[in-house]
Amino acid sequence: MGPLALVNARLFDPTSGRDETGALLVVDGRIAAVGADAAARLPAEAERIDCRGHLLMPGLVDMRAQLREPGEEHLENLTTASQAAAGAGVTTIVCLPNTNPVIDDAAVVEFVRRRGRDIGLVRIHPYAAATKGLQGKELTEMGLLAEAGALGFTDGTRAIASAGVMRRALGYARTFDLLVLQHPEEPTLSHPGGMNEGEVATRLGLPGIPSVAETILVERDLRLVEVTGARYHAAHLSTAGAVAAVRAAKRQGLSVTCDTAPPYFALSETAVGDYRTFAKLSPPLRSDGDRRAVVEGIADGTIDAIASDHAPHDQDSKRLPFSSAAAGIVGLETLLPLTLELAHQGLVPLRRALDAVTGAPARILRLDCGRLAAGAPADLALVDLDRPWRIDVDAFRSKSKNSPFDGRPVQGKALMTVLGGRIVHRATD
Amino acid sequence: MPSALPPSRFPHRHLLGIEGLTAGEITHLMDRAESFVAQNQAADKKSGSLRGRTIINLFFESSTRTRTSFELAGKRLGGDVINMSVEYSAMKKGETLIDTAMTLNAMNPDVLCVRHPESGAVKLLSDKVNCAVVNAGDGTHEHPTQALLDALTIRRRKGRLQGLVVAICGDVLHSRVARSNIALLNTMGARVRVVAPRTLLPAAIERLGVAVFHDMRAGLADADIVMMLRLQNERMSGSFVPSVREYFHFFGLDYAKLAVAKADALIMHPGPMNRGVEIDSEVADDIDRSLIRQQVEMGVAVRMACLEVLAENLAGRNEAA
Repeated sequence: MGPLALVNARLFDPTSGRDETGALLVVDGRIAAVGADAAARLPAEAERIDCRGHLLMPGLVDMRAQLREPGEEHLENLTTASQAAAGAGVTTIVCLPNTNPVIDDAAVVEFVRRRGRDIGLVRIHPYAAATKGLQGKELTEMGLLAEAGALGFTDGTRAIASAGVMRRALGYARTFDLLVLQHPEEPTLSHPGGMNEGEVATRLGLPGIPSVAETILVERDLRLVEVTGARYHAAHLSTAGAVAAVRAAKRQGLSVTCDTAPPYFALSETAVGDYRTFAKLSPPLRSDGDRRAVVEGIADGTIDAIASDHAPHDQDSKRLPFSSAAAGIVGLETLLPLTLELAHQGLVPLRRALDAVTGAPARILRLDCGRLAAGAPADLALVDLDRPWRIDVDAFRSKSKNSPFDGRPVQGKALMTVLGGRIVHRATD
Repeated sequence: MPSALPPSRFPHRHLLGIEGLTAGEITHLMDRAESFVAQNQAADKKSGSLRGRTIINLFFESSTRTRTSFELAGKRLGGDVINMSVEYSAMKKGETLIDTAMTLNAMNPDVLCVRHPESGAVKLLSDKVNCAVVNAGDGTHEHPTQALLDALTIRRRKGRLQGLVVAICGDVLHSRVARSNIALLNTMGARVRVVAPRTLLPAAIERLGVAVFHDMRAGLADADIVMMLRLQNERMSGSFVPSVREYFHFFGLDYAKLAVAKADALIMHPGPMNRGVEIDSEVADDIDRSLIRQQVEMGVAVRMACLEVLAENLAGRNEAA
């Protein structure tokens, strides 16, 4: 593969703040030069692509997705997920360990990584389970799993509920300087709820999940982080209380990071409407006040990252009474346009919004991607920021179509995706 | 006459722990133990300084090795040794302990060697009896004779304790051996490190005067002595460490990890060993590096010294009275 030159691009690197017209040169899969002056120094043999002034940014780093392989390939597999990601400008996916078998063994870590490499459309890294079988009791072999390539440790869509187990998990992870990620929801408060506790749930006659279920677990974990000194990440914040708790903890200097997912800033509990199971998520869609707090959290950096929280489910799991339906929505193909909404609406500066899907998650995970810098992997997305389009679940490459955003008008589309210097996606329209 | 007696170089009625002993007192016990090493290697191993004395080994927790060591120590000094194993049940708690102590006390023993699964139990018992008490291990608190035998073993090979770098590795959280050794080695001027995953270290361990490491290669760098601790079976499968293979991979002593220690670094283990868990068999059986067999041998000599010194103090008190 010869050198690749992307010229006439709006070079946009949220990490460094670079925003200028120029060129980017890729040699041997890595960024060799980037900047306004790079165009003058391009080797003659380089393949040239005219970016026509569109935004050339690091490929998206999606730090939380459920990919369903191994075990539930009828919902999604690593191939369809890779295709969905590449088409949407995502170049790195980190997947949750809630597969079958659970990713709590080095062999499964290696399986997922090898499959990802073989497919070759996106970098796929797994998290490993924090406790064996996601049972919340006994610690996994974190040291060996990390050596095999696990990027962090989490029980996926289950909270590590026991304070004692969480303390040991944090303490043990700290031994090797590993990251522990929590699904912050106190199960004794959330069970048997299906949607946010409040007026809407009451009117619908659905059992509610109080926002304190999230706040309490985040606050508890923060106290455990204080005593263990471990690196801790709270997933998909959805409540004003949890955002405030993390904000205070960061001010205090604790080693805490967090993310949210687009539904928590783009929708509120009213989306449940008439028992729409596509609006059933875990954590649930919250009040509009919570939604606004999440937006503010992203804007001021309290919420470091935005993840897709991709959760493929088939029709059978969603065409059920609300309480019986599965929770979660697909998100890989809507991550970029919904994140851009924050910038288009003037709620979050463009640099901060895009940092939340590139540089910030890469820093949390200690990956060397997510930035436009010489030496970094040439994982890139060329984005038409203003292109208007309508989200259409039938056009999703993802195997499952469960999205509450079907039909939503959005702006901004990935025209081209580059992975390690190879073009893995080019928009046809 | 009382005034004619020289002041004891070990002025304590009991040996309950290393904590609180001076360097002089520790040295005195080690020197005395040294004098028994030859006796223990001779054909006639018996002498008579405890003749007429009654020693009871009172074990509320099973231990073949330590009990045998105490038993031999008492018998080789000519004492009458009785072994008592008491099944300890948490249901009965302290009442049984004190009842047992009062019953035994009425039989006028001279020394009680007591092991108990609860920290502080030996001290509680010692308050209720008229005889001398040796702590043969209480809970996760102290095991003073183990620390003394470890120190004697090191001193015989290295000629000193002062300035040596000693890395204590493994389950410090549950280890009375570690606590006694930390106290003794610090008192004697060694430089003590602990090396373990965070889940196996008690809070504020650094306040005990140790340097804390979580990586064997960092913790063993330039060590003179590598002291491995036993990891109990029930702690190996997820509660404190995830698995045996992970523990061995990161914290088990093998030649690769030992390579960063000093070229003449020596290996110790209080026993019984879990081969393939905290220590590789090759390392454990290396006759040039492993002191594990010598530790057992020194155990008898150290316990003879402790029994004799405490019996002498009893004599002094009796005559003074």
